[in-house]
Amino acid sequence: MTNLTRIHGWGRYPQQDAYMHTPTSYASLELTAKQQDSVLARGMGRSYGDSANALNVLQTTYINHFIEFDKATGKLTAEAGITLREILDVIVPSGWFLPVTPGTSYVTLGGAVASDVHGKNHHIAGTFGQHVESLSMLLGTGEVVITSPQHHADLFHATCGGMGLTGIIISATIQLLPIRSSLISQKTIKADCVETACEAFESNSDATYSVAWIDCLSRGKSLGRSVIMLGEHAAQGGLDIDVRQKVSVPFSTPSALLNSVTMKVFNTAYWHRAKHNVSQTVSLIPYFYPLDAVGEWNRLYGKKGFLQFQCVVPKLDGIANMRRLLTEISNSGEGSFLAVLKQFGVANENLLSFPTEGYTLALDFKASETAIKTVKRLEDMVEDMGGRLYLTKDAVMQESTFKATYPNWEKFEVVREQYGAVGKFSSAQSIRLGLA
Amino acid sequence: MKRILIIGATSAIAEHCSRIWAARGDALHLVARNEQHVQVIASDLKVRGAFEVTTYVTDLNNIDKHDELLDVADAALASVDIVLIAHGTLSKQKSCELSVETTIREIQTNALSTVSLLTLIANRFEAKRDGAICVISSVAGDRGRASNYVYGSAKAMVTAFTSGLRQRLYKSNVSVVTIKPGFVDTPMTREFKKGLLWTKPNVVAALIVKAIDNKSAEVYVPSYWSSIMQIIRAIPSKFFQWMTF
Repeated sequence: MTNLTRIHGWGRYPQQDAYMHTPTSYASLELTAKQQDSVLARGMGRSYGDSANALNVLQTTYINHFIEFDKATGKLTAEAGITLREILDVIVPSGWFLPVTPGTSYVTLGGAVASDVHGKNHHIAGTFGQHVESLSMLLGTGEVVITSPQHHADLFHATCGGMGLTGIIISATIQLLPIRSSLISQKTIKADCVETACEAFESNSDATYSVAWIDCLSRGKSLGRSVIMLGEHAAQGGLDIDVRQKVSVPFSTPSALLNSVTMKVFNTAYWHRAKHNVSQTVSLIPYFYPLDAVGEWNRLYGKKGFLQFQCVVPKLDGIANMRRLLTEISNSGEGSFLAVLKQFGVANENLLSFPTEGYTLALDFKASETAIKTVKRLEDMVEDMGGRLYLTKDAVMQESTFKATYPNWEKFEVVREQYGAVGKFSSAQSIRLGLA
Repeated sequence: MKRILIIGATSAIAEHCSRIWAARGDALHLVARNEQHVQVIASDLKVRGAFEVTTYVTDLNNIDKHDELLDVADAALASVDIVLIAHGTLSKQKSCELSVETTIREIQTNALSTVSLLTLIANRFEAKRDGAICVISSVAGDRGRASNYVYGSAKAMVTAFTSGLRQRLYKSNVSVVTIKPGFVDTPMTREFKKGLLWTKPNVVAALIVKAIDNKSAEVYVPSYWSSIMQIIRAIPSKFFQWMTF
């Protein structure tokens, strides 16, 4: 019934041909899953690498309904294919916000759970999965089960962060965060090198939101110079949500536009434009999702796409290790203008969840042979430092690195086996990483 | 607050119109064939802000039930301000060519059931001298083509019927809006390869809601389909027969 379609993640690398199945109801979802030997649920395709690439894709576009929203308690139940943006449109005017949000609102609820996404408040609120009360899932056995930290807890902790490999998430119930205003009080701090930036995170650890834009191209004394943005939900200012029209990148731009010179210019300009120790009030949407205003910005990297690299290194020796990584990146001259530094809080008990206590760095590399080599070099360094890479961003990690840095992978496989997921749910990434 | 009757409420275009109306706080009465599917949509629309959502399950090819359907809607909404007629099937042209029965059934679903509903709704709205009727027709009704002329001719009937109805009801303060969508990316068209001319249903829905608000007459969505169809209609039949699309 379906033709092969070329698919890829947000980084547009790597690509593969897939059979797309797009069920419109629970009945057709169950049937689609049953009919395929192996299948993978896919939402907005916003993971960067090949996490959502598979030969048989179950596209959740039409499984996108709200089921229940209690405005008094902030408990929300919705189907997995709904986007965080649609959720925000409904909850913000009622005085609620997502307890944890990634840097784009164009991800699905199911994707947020499967990636166990984190946000600027990780040091305080943990990951998205820590605010999920229960999930309704279709298992490889054809059974539909409810899983929560109390019920089928092993399945729950394998599914939050489990990259869709344990079953198909049909719906999720989450506990929202109360807000009194849709405004954010933001404070900007400039740090002239990576050490100062990490110290700033430490001294501002009571801030609800904290993240830094970091210049990955500067060297020497100003290596890792950063602009740190702290944020708090404002106490007043109304509960309006922005409905500004977004602009789109209409086609892939010649990738030569993004080169070491333009990126250096951008980074230098960005650093000099930022003002130290300035407070201002900004709207929630541009604060949390600045890039959502530019549709399909991934096209800026040209047809070949880009690689995202996000690692976390442990807090112990974290600052020194961050300097080593930044030196390597700076020497490669390939890092892009979208680099982010953040301090993570403690890890949770989800088996494949990415965040662990320490420092995380995320940046893009325009896809090329040399970029892949650079990323692999960084991967080795991170493994030696006792850190790990974020599966949602990954496109090239080696099986050995994965198994060494995600020690719970064997427990994960046991849970998959137990719930009939082995051989039933797989992705290009899970095959590359040696999962059954 | 508007009171809106949505016929064919599980169609992707109707569902997206309903979401816009729900966010505005309107009261909605949904008519559909599949009970489970319409209940999922009803719960969703309540969360999205609908003042009230009620449902009615029927097969619209049971023309005898149309009067009852409208009575129930009137009772549920306490009078209807807007009716959206959006049900239909995308006929499989090849199957139609091989079967008179299939052809007639497709015309029944896509044209005659709509004509029946329109006849009854028109009389009710004419009597109260108020209301808006919006019907989803199609660009396919502008000119029959080899690849889908059964569906196209059914939609041509809907377009012509609503054109006449619009003239008749103009004096009675009732607006009749004919929507002609181009290619819309919905479950109905999921087997098609999508190109530049395809539009998402939420975009189409926003244009439909605007057309109803503005009491527009005949609207191509998106509007560039007006130019495309002008060209297609202008091709002399003698040449048109040589073409294949």
